Amino acid sequence: MPLLTQQIQDENENSLVASLDNVRNLSTILKAIHFKDFATCFATKNGIKVTVENAKCVQANAFIQAEIFQEFVVQEESVTFRINLTVLLDCLSIFGSSPMPGTLTALRMCYQGYGHPLMLFLEEGGVVTVCKINTQEPEETLDFDFCSTNVINKIILQSEGLREAFSELDMTSEVLQITMSPNKPYFRLSTFGNAGSSHLDYPKDSDLMEAFHCNQTQVNRYKISLLKPSTKALVLSCKVSIRTDNRGFLSLQYMIRNEDGQICFVEYYCCPDEEVPES
Amino acid sequence: MKFRAKIVDAACLNQFTRVSNMIAKLAKTCTLRISPNKLNFILSDKLASGGVSMWCELEQENFFSEFQMEGVSAENNEIYLELTSENLSRALKTTQNARSLKIKLTNKHFPCLTISVELQLSVSSSSRIVTHDIPITIIPRRLWKDLREPSVPDSDVSIYLPVLKTMRSVVEKMKNISNHLIIEANLNGDLNLKIETELVCITTHFKDLGNPPLASENTSQNRNPEEMAEVHIDIKKLLQFLAGQQVNPTKAICNIVNNRIVHFDLLHEDVSLQYFIPALS
Repeated sequence: MPLLTQQIQDENENSLVASLDNVRNLSTILKAIHFKDFATCFATKNGIKVTVENAKCVQANAFIQAEIFQEFVVQEESVTFRINLTVLLDCLSIFGSSPMPGTLTALRMCYQGYGHPLMLFLEEGGVVTVCKINTQEPEETLDFDFCSTNVINKIILQSEGLREAFSELDMTSEVLQITMSPNKPYFRLSTFGNAGSSHLDYPKDSDLMEAFHCNQTQVNRYKISLLKPSTKALVLSCKVSIRTDNRGFLSLQYMIRNEDGQICFVEYYCCPDEEVPES
Repeated sequence: MKFRAKIVDAACLNQFTRVSNMIAKLAKTCTLRISPNKLNFILSDKLASGGVSMWCELEQENFFSEFQMEGVSAENNEIYLELTSENLSRALKTTQNARSLKIKLTNKHFPCLTISVELQLSVSSSSRIVTHDIPITIIPRRLWKDLREPSVPDSDVSIYLPVLKTMRSVVEKMKNISNHLIIEANLNGDLNLKIETELVCITTHFKDLGNPPLASENTSQNRNPEEMAEVHIDIKKLLQFLAGQQVNPTKAICNIVNNRIVHFDLLHEDVSLQYFIPALS
């Protein structure tokens, strides 16, 4: 097995080594942020953060904690590289996106460091796939400076409450307007499309509402085309936390439970489209 | 020229439907060759359109309870006709619960293959007949020579194929990334599928597949078992072949002629299928 011996020899030279018994614990989370081809990966001893951005206005982060992996070693303080996420996802699901029950694809991932490709070794039922994905110069990612001390309004909802609303968003509307308020209508999603406006209100005492901490009425508009991709994370998640800060920046945090019952988080940041005078 | 045949057995009918579905996936139009003992579905693409060829063979007596044919002449007791394969598979869609199927060569303003399906109605013992007329073109004698059974080339490596479903999902994903693929194998039971692009190199290794005993006496007997024979092929042609395989065949062999052609030889109970993909130039 020249493949394996080579793998062991290289072991000490790798700045990142991660193994997983079930590759879907990684691929599912990455699918939740797959709305652009390229992603930036940051690995520290705590785990991997994968970031995707669009139009300098929206950023999605997926966190895969070290505990999710069966083996996770980072030699340096932090390891950063940029990679084609579409290709990475195709590689991770090379044995099929919905494999037969009872069969798991195992993954071993190695990265030697700057200028080197990301190596993936996938195995299912004795068949081994080796992928060598070229990495690129990491790009500076946006800092949304979203600080919990500046949060004005915060709501935690069961995801099923938002799922339908997001999958049926009126895409002819340019914006999604989010109203959060300590008073009626509490939490409102509005669109203004060709066929008319629509408002969807969530009462504060709804069963879907897990937490409601709104201090001040805020009405903010976000480009619907930027928020729509977050539906991918929403459908996978069980809970979502919706927060806005004093500048109207939006943070959506999704809690996703993987096949082994572990919790992972995906977060979306989006900047507001324009100032709307408070009503 | 005459042809009429009938299937009454439900299992045969099912199998025949499956074959026609497979053919529809593999070839848009194909040639049906009718001879006293066999039916063949033939595809032989021009080199310009990829040069893929297919040879599918059914023993008529394994399917038909009645089979009568009269070819162009006594010496050339065969009929070659061209049809759109989807028309046949669509006509056979109604055969689940059918009592019988009749196929007949007819001339209704234009030459047709007439498919009559006798349907069993669940409520009563009465039945209903659904008839499809599939337009066909009779292929003249002088063109038959282009539709001979392709000769199987002397291969450098012959190897048993892995589970086709696994192979299919791998090739499906690879197709998202690359237009061509390298298929390589050796006499040690290893088969690799590889793609290489600027972004990524992916290799899937199948091991311990086993090599069938070589039929012909040739140089490959002295071949180093580790040495790979490889062919660069159009990934779409390979996927088309794999996507057409709904059931795992009883026997599946891949023959590789280094840098020239890959030949797949499958056996599904009573049906044999040969599929040839030439190397990309």
